[in-house]
Amino acid sequence: MTEFMMIFRNDYNPSFKPTPEQMQASVKQWQDWMGGIAAQGKFVGTTRLSSEGSKILKPNHVIADGPYIEMKEIVGGSLNVKASSMEEALKLAEGCPILQIGGNVEVRKVIPMNN
Amino acid sequence: MNNKELIPQLFKTEYRKIISVLCKLFGIVHIEIAEDIVNDTFLLATETWDLNGIPQNPSAWLYTVAKNKTKDYFKRQQTFSQKIVADLKQQHTLSEEPEPDLSAQNISDSQLQMMFAICHPSIPAEAQIGLALRILCGFGIDEIAEAFLTNKETINKRLFRSKEKLRAENIKIELPDESEIKKRLEAVLTTLYLLFNEGYHSNTSQNYLRKELCLEAMRLNYFLIENENTNQPNVNALMALMCFHASRLDARTTETGEPVLYEAQNKNSWNEELIEKGNYFLIQSAKGSVISKYHLEASIAYWHSTKIDNPDRWENILQLYNQLLQIEYSPITALNRTYALSKVSGNQKALQEALKLNLEENHFYHSLLGHLYSDNDKPKAIFHFKKALSMAKSAGDKTTLNNHLEKLK
Repeated sequence: MTEFMMIFRNDYNPSFKPTPEQMQASVKQWQDWMGGIAAQGKFVGTTRLSSEGSKILKPNHVIADGPYIEMKEIVGGSLNVKASSMEEALKLAEGCPILQIGGNVEVRKVIPMNN
Repeated sequence: MNNKELIPQLFKTEYRKIISVLCKLFGIVHIEIAEDIVNDTFLLATETWDLNGIPQNPSAWLYTVAKNKTKDYFKRQQTFSQKIVADLKQQHTLSEEPEPDLSAQNISDSQLQMMFAICHPSIPAEAQIGLALRILCGFGIDEIAEAFLTNKETINKRLFRSKEKLRAENIKIELPDESEIKKRLEAVLTTLYLLFNEGYHSNTSQNYLRKELCLEAMRLNYFLIENENTNQPNVNALMALMCFHASRLDARTTETGEPVLYEAQNKNSWNEELIEKGNYFLIQSAKGSVISKYHLEASIAYWHSTKIDNPDRWENILQLYNQLLQIEYSPITALNRTYALSKVSGNQKALQEALKLNLEENHFYHSLLGHLYSDNDKPKAIFHFKKALSMAKSAGDKTTLNNHLEKLK
């Protein structure tokens, strides 16, 4: 089994303010999807990123507010999974809720730390 | 109560107290001497009480005899005295022979410390449970063998090896530092969790033994709650989990020992008092920022213990299983999660997910598939129930599967 990282990207849309019900429905979609991967014993770990308070540090102590002006898409989070091949990892990514709202999933092979 | 009932009961409650105090006094390297003294004490009790009747305070009688036997032992064993007593005298700056301190406080401290010694990370998990049953729960070798569905020789060997390990590592009988407690507590909780499960899921036909195992695990867990250093949120969560499960102990088997599935249980035979206690400990566990697997399992058990059919029940259970699997995967959790999914999203959706589980070797997997196919593909349902039947080991599981097959005909 190899470890893969899924990186979730979506268009930056500051005007989208979900209602609590929409938030809850979204959490359920993500949890059901990740629960399905975990039920196959292929879940490694996940990171969810806040959409608020992003800073970019550039050389010479230049700090920029948020990546949003120059980048069309933002990273919303990541999920690490175990899979036997890239094909299988892509198969696991198929149910990702971000695909339903126009986002995308980048799947990358993780290089083990001790190699 | 007569001797025949009283002594085994005292053995379960007093054995660990005396042995913990003695081990603390002698050091764990001499655990076998401690065991001999306690066994001799109980032997004398059996003989004497038969002749002279039960003393007014049986526990105090046992403590006095154990104390005297310890003192005798020190006097008899010249070499032992020279080696150990000299050390002890130096440590405790004692002028006379050391004497076991069987005060309530020292008993309580020693038991807790003994739990941490037995659950030392250097001892394999399976051996920890065996030792816990023997030393902390006063179980006989035959009872442990029955609980593990193995023979006495295997248990004896296993206990022997783990005692060797205790000696070789010279594990101290003491409560670890505060920083160490949290780490070691994990192992202690795992042992108690396994001990409880051993009772709850054990295939042994001895009903009383199963219940006894569950109750012992709860008693030991309660020690951790009583001590402020170990009264942590995850300890309370495990206690809540045990209370909720234990509330159904009577409902989940018939009088003849046949298993009764959750759905078919008579809810009125659930133990209300234990459910209330479970609620209490679950609230106590809701502190700090860490959600342990015990929190999630206790919350699932909470939902299974509510008699009111709340429409959100299965949705809540599904989400708890989703989280639990992200903390720790196990085939049975994966199967339970898929069952919860079928309750929330229907059999078809659950079937798609079930087929990805890759648990062909697990008979519960085939049982779940049989269940999920029952609606609209009877031949497949029958195929999987039959497959499960061919793999099932316990008589209870076989009965359940035969009942399912009967309904499909």
